[in-house]
Amino acid sequence: MSHLSDEQIKALELKANDIRISIIDMLEDAGSGHTAGPLDMADIFTAFYFHILNHDPKNPEWVDRDRLILSNGHIVPVRYATMAHAGYFPIEELKTLRKFSSRLQGHPERVALPSLETTSGPLGSGIGQAAGIAYSARMDNRKFHIYVLCSDGELDAGNSWESIMFAGKNKLTNLTAIIDRNNIQINGMTENVMPLEPLADKWRAFNWHVIEIDGHNIQTIVNAVEEAKAVAEKPTVIIAHTIAGKGIKEIEYDYHWHGIPPSSEQEKAWMKELRTLGNKIEASHYN
Amino acid sequence: MLARHLNNIFDITSLKQEPTRDGFGHGLVDSGKSDERIIALCADLSESTRTEWFQKEFPSRYIEVGVAEQNLATIASGMANYGKIPFIMSYAVFSPGRNNEQIRTTICINKVPVKIIGCHSGVSVGPDGATHQALEDIGLMRMLPNMIVVVPCDSVEAYKATTAIAHDDVMPSYLRLGRASTPVLTTEKTHFEIGKAQLFYEVEKSEVTIIACGAMVYHALCAAKKLEGEIAVNVMNLATIKPLDTESILKEAEKSGAIVTVEEHQIAGGMGSAVAEFLAQTYTVPIEFIGVHDRFGQSGTPEELYKEYGLDATSIIQAVRKVVRRK
Repeated sequence: MSHLSDEQIKALELKANDIRISIIDMLEDAGSGHTAGPLDMADIFTAFYFHILNHDPKNPEWVDRDRLILSNGHIVPVRYATMAHAGYFPIEELKTLRKFSSRLQGHPERVALPSLETTSGPLGSGIGQAAGIAYSARMDNRKFHIYVLCSDGELDAGNSWESIMFAGKNKLTNLTAIIDRNNIQINGMTENVMPLEPLADKWRAFNWHVIEIDGHNIQTIVNAVEEAKAVAEKPTVIIAHTIAGKGIKEIEYDYHWHGIPPSSEQEKAWMKELRTLGNKIEASHYN
Repeated sequence: MLARHLNNIFDITSLKQEPTRDGFGHGLVDSGKSDERIIALCADLSESTRTEWFQKEFPSRYIEVGVAEQNLATIASGMANYGKIPFIMSYAVFSPGRNNEQIRTTICINKVPVKIIGCHSGVSVGPDGATHQALEDIGLMRMLPNMIVVVPCDSVEAYKATTAIAHDDVMPSYLRLGRASTPVLTTEKTHFEIGKAQLFYEVEKSEVTIIACGAMVYHALCAAKKLEGEIAVNVMNLATIKPLDTESILKEAEKSGAIVTVEEHQIAGGMGSAVAEFLAQTYTVPIEFIGVHDRFGQSGTPEELYKEYGLDATSIIQAVRKVVRRK
């Protein structure tokens, strides 16, 4: 496993914090949108765009780029913010989220912004699209890797399991799914709305390799992806245990924050909280 | 008069009968020979959709997804996104029926060139009954932006339509096919072009134009022939329902002053609706609609069902007489 230096970890943790600040900023500007999921996926998106992905923000249609497919399109603010920080488009454009004629549609649209790879929002369709890309890439001997990020709630959808079965049958080793296991969905806790456990066993039964990690630990995220890419004969799922609303104490673990944005008062207080968190990250890596 | 380059369709003894799915099956194989990007995906119906012909020729480009039509659409969306030209085959009640949202989001909004082949459309599916007789699919597909909708009138036209949509590596398409053997009206020489309607029967001083699609074109031609000497009738084959050939439709409305549309589909939202939506805004003439009137199908032979649902030549003749009275 490649071990990240303390300096690298610090830089990535600070980047994730900056991305959380951008998320709060853009959601308050938009006046609608989802808060909990984007915040809890900030560490994973940072790890992907700033360390894991083989990509080129200046050449987003490079044919051999790794593909990152976002299945649960409603958390797209975290992707927009991360892509802007990674240089895909100016950070100021984040202000256009959910506004008329913006490339940053409320749910991601490939035609509006091709570097999003796919259009998503209606849940359960991302794994299939990722599996279709993975199958095609293997036919053509392309060496890039395909990642699909999903929510836990969208595993209620039958389409998800049809695709999971397909990828398992076809041994798509170039495909890795990452589940945002934050345990919440719109109507409440996932285990109350529609129980998913034993989740790891379900994926194993469908012929996937399963890794469970802390979705907020950058080193662990990087290690899990390396392990996934090394697995032969099976696709891999990384079940990333995350805290909904991660970074803002007031809303952490609270499913009510699935689909609403912060007020302007909350925005002010939360930006302050995240800046303090940034200082704490700096301090924790001081040696 | 019958248009040039058509078979002698009024000689029933010489008329070849073949299902449109056969023309599609041959078209897919030939398209596969000329373009390696073409992939066939099927949801456990490879024999009846004729996908197995492609499978035998190109086993490595055939993908079985099992009884999972939502996944059929999403896998194909990913493949088209990558750069392949995937054809997805099932019965129309399942695809585009069951997987309609996946087609909308991952194929049409995504704007990727997935080719949706809906077999076993219409009541002529026969003994399988209502559950397997798609009567809503034209409506479902023509409402989607970016979608091309083609309903070939016979197996030869189905072949041409298949190779035509296979050539388009940008836009999604829907091809509607039937199960039953139906008369082969067209020949290799008959002109076919996506987006262009054809007059198959043309008389001087036409009083009514019948606009038909699919297997109903033959019934329309029989009706026009029987009405010779009583009412002067043109018959148009409107194979492409979207994009609509508005120029040709307008010309017929102006010339004949009355229209009868004929399709093996619900009246609501189908080909006739597309024609009426256009004419209501440009040139209003009386229109009669032949199709299924807000009912589901049932078991029976195609002929029994055509009669029961008012889709036979006799029903078309009555509609032509009625529309003339309304002029």
